[in-house]
Amino acid sequence: MTTKTDETIYNQPDKNNSMEKNKSPFQIAMHRFTRNKMAVISVFVLLAIIIICILAPVFTDINPEETNLLLIEKGPSEEHILGTNGLGQDNFSRLLYGGRISLIVGFSAMFFTLVIGVLLGSLAGYYGGKIDNIIMRATDIMLMLPFLVLVLTIMAIVDKVTIGLFVSIIALTSWPNLTRIIRGSYLSLREQEFILSAQAIGASDFRIIAKHFIPNAIGPIVVNATLMMATYIIIESALSFIGFGIPQPTPTWGNMISEAQNIRILRNNPEAWIPPGLGILITVLAINFIGDGLRDAFDPRSNQR
Amino acid sequence: MKKHAVLDVAQLKTYFYLNNGQVAKAVDGVSLSISPGETVAIVGESGSGKSITALSIMKLINKPGRIVNGEIALNGKEMQALSEKQMTGIRGNDIAMIFQEPMTALNPVFTIGNQITEILRKHKKMNKKDAQAKAIHLLKTVGIPRAEEIIHEYPHQLSGGMRQRVMIAMAISCDPKLLIADEPTTALDVTIQAQILDLMLEMKEKFHMALLLITHDLGVVSEYADRVLVMYGGQIVEQAKTKELLRHTKHPYTQGLMQSLPKLDEDVDRLGTIKGMVPPAYNFPAGCRFSSRCPFVMDKCKVSNPELTEIDTDHFVRCHLYENAGDES
Repeated sequence: MTTKTDETIYNQPDKNNSMEKNKSPFQIAMHRFTRNKMAVISVFVLLAIIIICILAPVFTDINPEETNLLLIEKGPSEEHILGTNGLGQDNFSRLLYGGRISLIVGFSAMFFTLVIGVLLGSLAGYYGGKIDNIIMRATDIMLMLPFLVLVLTIMAIVDKVTIGLFVSIIALTSWPNLTRIIRGSYLSLREQEFILSAQAIGASDFRIIAKHFIPNAIGPIVVNATLMMATYIIIESALSFIGFGIPQPTPTWGNMISEAQNIRILRNNPEAWIPPGLGILITVLAINFIGDGLRDAFDPRSNQR
Repeated sequence: MKKHAVLDVAQLKTYFYLNNGQVAKAVDGVSLSISPGETVAIVGESGSGKSITALSIMKLINKPGRIVNGEIALNGKEMQALSEKQMTGIRGNDIAMIFQEPMTALNPVFTIGNQITEILRKHKKMNKKDAQAKAIHLLKTVGIPRAEEIIHEYPHQLSGGMRQRVMIAMAISCDPKLLIADEPTTALDVTIQAQILDLMLEMKEKFHMALLLITHDLGVVSEYADRVLVMYGGQIVEQAKTKELLRHTKHPYTQGLMQSLPKLDEDVDRLGTIKGMVPPAYNFPAGCRFSSRCPFVMDKCKVSNPELTEIDTDHFVRCHLYENAGDES
């Protein structure tokens, strides 16, 4: 008696809905993402840039750090497609290897910021009370310090800036924004009944955070991670440009552009600084488009699109 | 020796310490006991402390709330001393709870099967395959057709009634001794309500559970509960077997609740109401907590809060009106 009505209702195959059938919300978001053309193109552009940078040795066999004093500031030639810089290093080779460094810095800084941000945001948002207070005051203090000045000071104190150090400095100074965002989405999730329900069924704190909070907050996390990566690539270039980034002779896009501070090169050798500039521009633009696409895809209000 | 009650709660007090220094006495001295296989209903308006009582039993009271007093024993085993870790072993395993909103009580990003098997694998240490089979079996038990397909579906693909069935399946998955249902049918259609309640009773019989039903619907109570506790202002004001309570309603508050129910055999234009609102839990009247709304209020009521007294066999009332009733008869 109890089941009869249900059976008749639910046994009917649901034809209208078959498109969205059995798709997780994440899959639905990805489906929506693929409808955003700019974002999809950006994914391919970014992938192309990544592949070219990874496969740098295939495209050139010149060591990007090798100097040749006989070939200083030469224009494009068959051997050096984009000419050479003030130390006689090959610009093309530096462009490809420099892309590697810029992408690695952007990605790993994003990754570590994500780890710190998610960890602290989860603790603050889930436990609340004292823990929340301590973490949020720490983020307030971090946000109070002007980021650029702080980074410049640290860079100035440290003798030799390595990639690892550079990444950790960025990660250690820029987690507060993400922590706040994650804490915020936890605060609203915490009021959802399925969290209480999970507690009532005997789930441990760790399990609730890992299985209930993070998957439900994946939208803001992914979107912010993407946008963060773009920001970090810019920061790396900007710091390198003013000479506080990863030091020569390691090639980075920022380092290459900084050579254009020389008015002679700026005027006479556009092939030396336009490609790395474009590299930064296209990469950052692509990442930002992907971020926008992800934001629309995860935003439940953009359902109608 | 007396057979252990499934649940024994004595003088439970759960207070909320508000920011402005006020103390909200959400649950103030509630005692109750549930025998094996019994269905006990807690009835009361919004804000009377029903849900907090249930959450206190599960020890799921969050800051700023705190259980300040009271003993909770499950199958004769004290739960006060248990650590949070031990409690996670008890929740879901020995006591399970069903919530009011089936729409939000399931995690939207995982499949139904995923959520049920997770409990089984954690509490029963089952492997994936067994858990999957058990999950399908459970879904069939609670009357879900196409269980094999449903386990691969997400909560948003199910209707409210179906979700509540899934919640029941999750709740009974580890054969709990006690099932707490916090207004399990409030968010559902009337027709589905009856189905869900029937299902819960059926499951209760089948798995020999005791059921603590929290509701504000006296109609539900009259049909399904063995015993009723009426709560007002964080306290039990009347307690009796269902039939006794419905036939010989004593407390003015319970009478008010009864009058506000539509009756099929009487033709009334306006339903009765209880005037006023439940006073906020941090600002109860000094005497009887119902005195501000009671139609039979006496001077005495404004000064002293009556005790819960047994005026008939198994019929307890907290009211000055009946204070001498026991002596007279």
